[in-house]
Amino acid sequence: MNGSLLRRKAVNHLLTGLCALMVLVALLPLVSVLWLVIKNGAAGLSWTFFTALPRPVGEEGGGVGNAVVGTLYIVAIACAFGLPLGIGAGVYLAESRNGLFARGIRFTAELLAGVPSIVIGIVAYGVVVVPMKRFSALAGGVALALLMIPTLARATEDLVRLVPGSLREASLALGVPQWKTSLRVVLRTAMGGIVTAVLLSIARVAGETAPLLFTALNNQYWNLRPDQPTSTLTVQIFNYAISPYEDWHAKAWSAALVLLLVVGVLNLLARQMTRTRLKGAR
Amino acid sequence: MNAATMHTDKIEANDLSVFFRQAQVLKRVALKVPEKKVMAVIGPSGCGKSTFLRALNRMHDLVPGARVEGRILLDGENINDPRVDAVALRRRVGMVFQRPNPFPSMSIFDNVAAGLKLNRVKGNHAEVVERCLRQAALWDEVKDRLGHSPLSLSGGQQQRLCIARALAVEPEVLLMDEPASALDPIATARIEELIHELKARYTIVIVTHNMQQAARVSDQTAFFYMGELIEVGATEQIFTNPREKRTEDYVTGKFG
Repeated sequence: MNGSLLRRKAVNHLLTGLCALMVLVALLPLVSVLWLVIKNGAAGLSWTFFTALPRPVGEEGGGVGNAVVGTLYIVAIACAFGLPLGIGAGVYLAESRNGLFARGIRFTAELLAGVPSIVIGIVAYGVVVVPMKRFSALAGGVALALLMIPTLARATEDLVRLVPGSLREASLALGVPQWKTSLRVVLRTAMGGIVTAVLLSIARVAGETAPLLFTALNNQYWNLRPDQPTSTLTVQIFNYAISPYEDWHAKAWSAALVLLLVVGVLNLLARQMTRTRLKGAR
Repeated sequence: MNAATMHTDKIEANDLSVFFRQAQVLKRVALKVPEKKVMAVIGPSGCGKSTFLRALNRMHDLVPGARVEGRILLDGENINDPRVDAVALRRRVGMVFQRPNPFPSMSIFDNVAAGLKLNRVKGNHAEVVERCLRQAALWDEVKDRLGHSPLSLSGGQQQRLCIARALAVEPEVLLMDEPASALDPIATARIEELIHELKARYTIVIVTHNMQQAARVSDQTAFFYMGELIEVGATEQIFTNPREKRTEDYVTGKFG
């Protein structure tokens, strides 16, 4: 018996050690990406880099101010379409469970979630750019929204289903109609998790390049008109990175760092805003 | 019947059957619940007592495959009539569940006010919240932390909070589905005290597994077995002098 206890302890230590090793291995690429971006990008960072317009090759200074604003703008457009549709579809899927229609939607969402983002970009090109006859922030926003909706819907569905049925019953027993119970009690209870899902999808689409290349295109100037081509950090990074110029390469690194910062700040802000203010919550 | 024992019946179930898909879980139950009295519903697990309770505020409407037949009269009006709005009905017939289920995303105050806020009832919510928390004997314990999470309360306090929440919409009937089964004896005693106080204003139907509890809190007791109502009568009579053999066997602990 003593021998088997020793053996079990040894196995326990071995596996714990293995798990720790795996965590380190998993973190390694993450940390090295961060390190590389900071190492190469930090030098080019300055206040003007955040606020100024891009300058032509060879000119000192200049920045990606319009791309920062453009990224936020296009992500905002994507959220305006994507959040209500994605979350709404998720709530519908969770509430209607296994109806034929719901199963169809769920299947479609799963398929859509696996579609490469460049294909989504082509769809947005066909649906928005071609009829409008111009590249635009709107087209970019639509493309990103299409990327958000399926993953957000599935995440919302799972989170809403995690809400105990007893809360739904409690609300219904108070004489609250079903739709209001879904939105004001069930969805509200799941909100913490949904906010995280929204943040993840925002972070994901903010980092997309392919669907923006032929929807929002790019712009060397400030733009806040939805029907005009708009600069984004990702496309700007892409353009800088594929250029043959050394100083543009440096700018690509800096812009990548800016993108990381923007996504990070968005994360922090949203967390702060939605953090539960109730005391004593466990 | 003399005047002292005569009461109007608040609820009258006639020929009430409930099916889940093919299975009939409640078989032609006929039962009257007098106004402002406590009716205890007892019986072994799976005997249909919760099913009966949930028929009284049409919670079965929401269960796919559930079918209710027969009539349930509330103040003489058949609540199973399709013209009766289940949402409006549930405001008149409140419910307290087996496990405390406060809304975790709302404060203690908002939990009590939830029925009013969600139904857009105007008025002084603070006043209602205080009154209901006092009625639920919880006010003194939570008055200084109304903005806190309900999850900071103990299980017994959470259950009283749920009772206060149910009272806030001013129901006429209160359905309680084993309200103390998840609580310790002290919290259980408080809930039972509360039931005594509440019956001055409300008609209460309480499902319980605990025979002592049924004996302590109720005026009338109904014994269900295998989906049938076996016997109903004054609580004292059911426990001391039941007419049916099965009731006697159950209340004396021979089975169940």
